[in-house]
Amino acid sequence: MTSSIVRTRRVSGAVVAAACAALVVAGCTSNEPRESEETATGPVTVTENDEPGDEVVIGFSAPAADHGWMGAITSAAKAEAEKYEDVDLQVAEGTNDVNVQISQIEGFIDQGVDAIVLLPFDGAALTDVALEAMEAGIPVINVDREFSSPFAARATVLGDNYGMGVSAGTYVCEQLGDNPDAVVAEIAGIDSLPLTQDRSKGFADALDDCGLDVDARVAAEFTVESGEEQTANLLSAEPKIDAIWNHDDDQGIGVLAAIENAGRDEFFLVGGAGSNNMMEEIQDPESVVKATVIYPSTQAADGVKFARLIAQNKNVSDLASIGVPRTVQLFAPVVTADNVEEYLPIGFDS
Amino acid sequence: MSQRSALMGPALRMGGLVLALILLIVVGVATAGERFWSTGNLITVLSLAAVTGVVSIGMTFVITSGGIDLSVGAVVGLASVWASTLATQYAAEDYGWWVIPVTALAVGLVAGLINGLLVAYGKMPAFMATLAMLAAARGLAEIIAGRQTQIVDVEPFFDVFQARPLGVPTIVWIFVVVAAAGWFLLNRTTFGRRTVAVGGNPEASRLAGIKIKRHTLYLYGLAGLTAGIGAVILLARTTAGSSTHGTLLELDVIAAVVVGGTLLAGGRGTITGTVLGVLIFSTLTNVFVLNNLDSSVQAIAKGAIIVGAVLLQQWFASRERVSTT
Repeated sequence: MTSSIVRTRRVSGAVVAAACAALVVAGCTSNEPRESEETATGPVTVTENDEPGDEVVIGFSAPAADHGWMGAITSAAKAEAEKYEDVDLQVAEGTNDVNVQISQIEGFIDQGVDAIVLLPFDGAALTDVALEAMEAGIPVINVDREFSSPFAARATVLGDNYGMGVSAGTYVCEQLGDNPDAVVAEIAGIDSLPLTQDRSKGFADALDDCGLDVDARVAAEFTVESGEEQTANLLSAEPKIDAIWNHDDDQGIGVLAAIENAGRDEFFLVGGAGSNNMMEEIQDPESVVKATVIYPSTQAADGVKFARLIAQNKNVSDLASIGVPRTVQLFAPVVTADNVEEYLPIGFDS
Repeated sequence: MSQRSALMGPALRMGGLVLALILLIVVGVATAGERFWSTGNLITVLSLAAVTGVVSIGMTFVITSGGIDLSVGAVVGLASVWASTLATQYAAEDYGWWVIPVTALAVGLVAGLINGLLVAYGKMPAFMATLAMLAAARGLAEIIAGRQTQIVDVEPFFDVFQARPLGVPTIVWIFVVVAAAGWFLLNRTTFGRRTVAVGGNPEASRLAGIKIKRHTLYLYGLAGLTAGIGAVILLARTTAGSSTHGTLLELDVIAAVVVGGTLLAGGRGTITGTVLGVLIFSTLTNVFVLNNLDSSVQAIAKGAIIVGAVLLQQWFASRERVSTT
């Protein structure tokens, strides 16, 4: 009896100790760096279009910033709007619920904004409400994920997923071209997404051009954890690899961790998207990361610029034709040690 | 129950699991040869099993007691984020690498104890209480991390957790130690016997003098603690904390525990079975990747294994009943 009381006290003691430890670690939730860092800004270009015009209210809606690239989309759009004193950017809370996003656009229509910049969580699901906005006379700028109707947007800014694959594949070809037996591996993102399929197709097509093919392929889920897991398996499966293309730099942190854990460095790694982290790796000659392919996180910032021009009836300054173009597909350049300085300003934090 | 079937029942069930694992290994060797049957690949499989494995040990206790913990994946995410904030990392630089694992374990334990309080004293169904924790822990992790990936830059931490004592990664040793401790706790202590009793017949256990509420509190605390250990392993493997860590981990964990032979209804639990269940899934993933097969097919195979294992268990269970009558 006595011993059970003693044990009870001891166990309660453990709980109390745990609670105390909890109080101590409760202080550990801050993410303030010790010395403040400068936030990156995009390349600065000044044209006469940048002269202040009529006040423009732009509604902005994008999915939840649940990964680095998407976070950078919204912050780049906000930063772009900051540069113009004539732009009032109304940013709706990022959401992955299409119902909520539809209601946000309905809100913008009721409010009578001058233009809407919309990166839909699901292009098809947001098409109807975008049409509604267009019919109400509000130009919609569709970013990244396309609507299912061409009437739903005045202008569309797209990244180039197929082009990313082509750029990555072409770079791999340049490095390995003379060796048809080279082993090329691919670490894709979520396989069910059309964007992943486009990237893989572009990669395969470009490799095919120089007589190479994808010898091993795994699909991660754009998360660090899945990147690590899939890469660990991939490295086990292929004892010797010459080149790896990883679709996404956010999952790339896990990919690099797995490569480090396996102690492998006989290959070079090409990234995708263009995070600061990967660009820093590119700058390090010791790293296996030799290149990354940009998928611009400044797309929505371009959308904001277009929205302003359309609302103010201006033209894109370096085009001879009148009116903002219907569709702009952004370039997917390869960043290597030679040009990384140029691209660091548009890198994003994972 | 006759003595023979009492001994044969568990042995047969384990036999089935071992057979399944051997079958997978044979397929692995046949299709991938030395790429599969090498020390390096073996370590890869075990390292991949470590996170799921450690968390599954805690889950085995909860399920044996007739409960369920849906929050473990989210708690892994929260603990990984909390233990990798800049504040934690600075503290780790100032005081020592142990700050990181201690933070993760403390976060896991407290989250688990909250689950336990809600279930035992708040009388909430375990399914709902831990579902609430799943949502809340993931949300808190997102807030703390600002939905960004937190890269860990504390070298001494990696010196310890990425080391390979005797050629085997630390994280695999952690899995081995946690599994051994779990086995001892479940099979050789009063705590373990009480866990089985509470799951088998709560009313009888209460009448027999077991303090069910307090015991339940400890069980969920234990599950949270193993989630914290899982977070440490993930931090060591991925070098980063993220609010997406451990997404849907709870499903893999529950699948491994149940395939291993622990009754979802409670009253029977087996650590050995859980470890085999974890190894089966981890080997399956490995064999698929070695053969460069589609991940969707792998998901179907996983589903088939779960169904097969549970059907087999029911068949064994019915034979046991027949042989005792």
